[in-house]
Amino acid sequence: MSSLEIRDLHVALADSPEKPIVKGLTLTIKTGEVHAIMGPNGTGKSTLSKAIAGHPDYVITSGDVLIDGKSILEMEPDERARAGLFLAFQYPSEIPGVSIANFLRAAVQARMAEGEELDASGYYKRLYSKMDLLKIDRKFTSRSVNEGFSGGEKKRCEILQMAMLEPSFSLMDETDSGLDIDALKIVAEGVNAMRGEKLGVLLITHYQRLLDYIVPDFVHVMYDGRIVKSGDKNLALELEAKGYDWVKTELAAV
Amino acid sequence: MSVSSLSPSPTEGLSSARFEQHLSQRSYLPAWWLEAKAAAWNQFNTLPSPARTDETWRFSNLNTLDLEGFELPEDASQHIPNLSAFPHAAEIIFSNRQLVARSAVPSDLLAKGVIFAPLDEALRSHGDLVREYFQKLPANLGSEKFVALNTAFTGSGAFLFVPKGVEIAEPFVVQHTLSGANKATFPHTIVILGDNAKATLVEFFVSADNGRHLASGVNDLHAGPGSQLVYVGAQNWSRDTLAFQTNSIVVERDAKVLSLNVHLGGRQARHESHSRLLGPGAHSEMLAVTVANGAQEFDQRTLQTHVSPNTTSNLLYKNALLDTAKTIFSGLIVVEPDAQKTDAYQKNRNLMLSDDAEANSLPGLEIQANDVKCSHGSTSSRIEPEQEFYLQSRGIKPQAAKQMLVFAFFEEVLNKLENEDLHTALRTLIESKFKK
Ligand SMILES: Nc1ncnc2c1ncn2[C@@H]1O[C@H](COP(=O)(O)OP(=O)(O)OP(=O)(O)O)[C@@H](O)[C@H]1O
Ligand SMILES: [Mg+2]
Repeated sequence: MSSLEIRDLHVALADSPEKPIVKGLTLTIKTGEVHAIMGPNGTGKSTLSKAIAGHPDYVITSGDVLIDGKSILEMEPDERARAGLFLAFQYPSEIPGVSIANFLRAAVQARMAEGEELDASGYYKRLYSKMDLLKIDRKFTSRSVNEGFSGGEKKRCEILQMAMLEPSFSLMDETDSGLDIDALKIVAEGVNAMRGEKLGVLLITHYQRLLDYIVPDFVHVMYDGRIVKSGDKNLALELEAKGYDWVKTELAAV
Repeated sequence: MSVSSLSPSPTEGLSSARFEQHLSQRSYLPAWWLEAKAAAWNQFNTLPSPARTDETWRFSNLNTLDLEGFELPEDASQHIPNLSAFPHAAEIIFSNRQLVARSAVPSDLLAKGVIFAPLDEALRSHGDLVREYFQKLPANLGSEKFVALNTAFTGSGAFLFVPKGVEIAEPFVVQHTLSGANKATFPHTIVILGDNAKATLVEFFVSADNGRHLASGVNDLHAGPGSQLVYVGAQNWSRDTLAFQTNSIVVERDAKVLSLNVHLGGRQARHESHSRLLGPGAHSEMLAVTVANGAQEFDQRTLQTHVSPNTTSNLLYKNALLDTAKTIFSGLIVVEPDAQKTDAYQKNRNLMLSDDAEANSLPGLEIQANDVKCSHGSTSSRIEPEQEFYLQSRGIKPQAAKQMLVFAFFEEVLNKLENEDLHTALRTLIESKFKK
């Protein structure tokens, strides 16, 4: 079993480090577990996930992020990824001129030992089987990464990458937004198929609906840069019924 | 030291004595050819060296155009890089100006009248044809002196003639290799497509070692009515090479020419390309990709001359600049009075990978007709940090991510090559520059 430990994390914009966005967040995700984070717009959910992945726009002003007890904060984004971290972006980048096939091959190759050759036919076989599972047309392999993809296609492509790279920890930032009902089911099935002893998931979402398909072990409410409430899957239902004002009033009462 | 102070030494370098010797060794070639060479040698010696005041040499470093000490190589090199690992119709390889390898032209093509031969051989077997097209419409972009030097000393290069109606899918390959210290080469390749013919010629210019080299190459590309020519010139000279290349592209009625130049090597490399659209319906696609790093200087001068109505041209030159490299792009579109309904485009795009690199762009238009569509422009951009992060977040190492984004930048150009194998071969060649 592996663990991703977020310890009292404070994150700010690299440009204005004096203004914190994430303000002391603590959470441990173990492989085998699915954690959901819900919270109002602008509360710092994407900032949290991008900062963990090493996005240069953000600085971690205090606290730590550890994988199996080892801090990853000194690592470059690519090293963090190879250490087992995956970020499914809320807004995936479009990269004209880089095909999905070449992009994923480079990502797979980056994980191989120096001098080790990629078995091209094995790679394509695996890629195609994952694409079939996620109902992504095989023709997409020759298309440029995310270029001209519909919102839903972009999200499915994020899951395809996750499936190919087999991370230990996946931070999934609103992977459900922009998906129609059928696509949501396909993506959820894809994630559920990967669920298990080797994968820990942090699901960022606004909608209870996703959690009907990917049932979380834990649900956390994030508010103003912190986790203010944690519980099991019923917390999401409660939140859906009562809205964030309920959390706010509870907080005020403390 | 400038060109005019070229070593007068009678026994060394590119001297008059050496020229006389070169000429006397070629007495078996047609008289007109030897006369043209003698005239060119005179011209080389009388033409002034490029000067600060020359508009055609604006921004170029003139202090480094030093021809001192260069000489014609004596022997071929043992080491011949293999660059044509893709299906091709036939290949001619020169090493240090000598023909060292040659594959037979397929017999069905020979039967159709296709000629693909070293220039010296074509001069003997098809002298009149060579004479008709040799520098028929030379490019006029500032390097006349170096073109003259090419004519004077040229001894390597290929001649491709594809007769009317003959279509050949697989490329013809010509390779020029140079090795040894202070060696010079002067390749001249001529391509002639007859009416409705179709062919591709790929020419590689490479150094086999790190020697100080001089190269001045010239091409005459002639696309007859309705023909389709693809010409690829890829240079990977040593980092201590002074290189000149001058292309003349002539496009007749309804013909299409796609020329793609890949610039990787050289200390200072100048490339001139002049397209003339002579007949209605003619189209010239002028493409280039350059990877400039270290202290390299790449100097590109282009001219799109629209002579006839209903002609089109599209120029797209992309440079990726690293370190303290410098590029110059100077392009002019000329629409002559008769060339109504011209569509002409010219774009120079620079990807700046270093704050210390310098990209100069001088786009220009000269329109003498009133019913035309023309545009030109240049842009400079940087690698999109969000794209770089996206690639790295998948575990791709920073250097590899950067390289992928440079290729992504080039893809718009390389994509225009329909031949997949050729596309792959060029990518591999470009990648080799990043591996160094
Ligand atoms: N790169 C940035 N530049 C400027 N402001 C930023 C940047 N990243 C985040 N912020 C600000 O930080 C706050 C948190 O943003 P973040 O995207 O993390 O919120 P979120 O919880 O993911 O919201 P949503 O639910 O809308 O996705 C917002 O006020 C946002 O405007
Ligand atoms: Mg967000």
